[in-house]
Amino acid sequence: MENLQYEFAGQRVVATPPAHALVGVVASGNLEVMIEPAALGGRMQVQITTAAGGFGAVWEAVLRDFNGRHPLADVRISINDVGATPAVVSLRLDQAVEAFEGGPA
Amino acid sequence: MNAAGSTGAAVPADRSWYEASARARLDGLLDPGSFGELLGPRTRTLSPHLAMLDLPGAFDDGIVVGSGRLAGRAVLVAAQEGAFMGGAVGEVHGAKLAGLLRRACALRPDGVLLLPDSGGVRLHEANAGLIALSEIIHGLLAVRAAGIPVLALIGGSNGAFGGMGIAARCCDHVIMSEEGRLALSGPEVIETVRGVEEFDARDRALVWRTTGGKHRYLLGEADALVADGIGAFRTAALAALAADDAHRADDLDALTAAHAALVRRSARYGACRDGLEIWRAQGIAEPERLPLLDAPDFLAAVAGRDA
Repeated sequence: MENLQYEFAGQRVVATPPAHALVGVVASGNLEVMIEPAALGGRMQVQITTAAGGFGAVWEAVLRDFNGRHPLADVRISINDVGATPAVVSLRLDQAVEAFEGGPA
Repeated sequence: MNAAGSTGAAVPADRSWYEASARARLDGLLDPGSFGELLGPRTRTLSPHLAMLDLPGAFDDGIVVGSGRLAGRAVLVAAQEGAFMGGAVGEVHGAKLAGLLRRACALRPDGVLLLPDSGGVRLHEANAGLIALSEIIHGLLAVRAAGIPVLALIGGSNGAFGGMGIAARCCDHVIMSEEGRLALSGPEVIETVRGVEEFDARDRALVWRTTGGKHRYLLGEADALVADGIGAFRTAALAALAADDAHRADDLDALTAAHAALVRRSARYGACRDGLEIWRAQGIAEPERLPLLDAPDFLAAVAGRDA
């Protein structure tokens, strides 16, 4: 198991955010993603607990892409992962943003 | 999305219960927007044992508990997430359910709804899980003794096995879909312990003929058999609450009658090796077609059985 943490610059503030949004499930090849508002001086913080160690560079690349698509400001993103592939991680992150911004879950 | 953590999105009534997550089941079961979660994911009440074993936990430890409304009636609910560790009961998971049952005794809602989807105790924290299950069963009986009906809604891929199978049968009402399963030892456990001659766990049709919702309904262990849809479970849950209002069968006479029925059942079916033999003994015509029928046709086909 490995714990990782990354921070990115945020640009977009969600006007009336919910207390949290949660998508996905902690199961093999899957992950859960929770987004919460947090006073982080405009930054996006991502905390990851993953069963698969040694993939820090891949996580950083996937999250950098995500931050490019959705540069949310003042949010904490928490992830519990059991070896999801980068594609699955990207889809879950997008789904979490949709739920956080009030779109269809 | 409401603050309580449900997605708040409209869930169509015909959405599959079997395929839905624990949270989606609650969203579709309860009145829209009525769910309020207790110890939700933001509290990060994770299993301490999984972390010690170097395994990632889930923010809700695989169970969603809280309150809501069912056609306006106040209910407490607990839904197990079958995709997380097989819905298995660990210490935190079990404490959330046991605590909800104690809360039910204090708040006296119109009913308590359990949505099991579990293989039983989580082996990574088995002692704690077993203790939790004893507390859960104690709690279930206390809620029932307080005159509050407890319903089990079973239709997930893990069914209700092990301690959760016992817990389900401690409820006042059991509602199942054909896909749901209910038993004590799972098929693989029986095969491992007693050999493939006793039970072939790879024979999926046999597994469902002996543990599936239709068989449980025909044995009288499930009092309703519904199609695999969240709306169908909701309708059946409301009907069970209404039936409980009209007549609450929890007195000594009901218990004595249930024991007598078990003695009769053992005498009649004790030698049967397959659900099929029991269905035939109940006088159901062409019992081999039962697994193929959808819920309404099935209920019509078995209506005149000698149960």
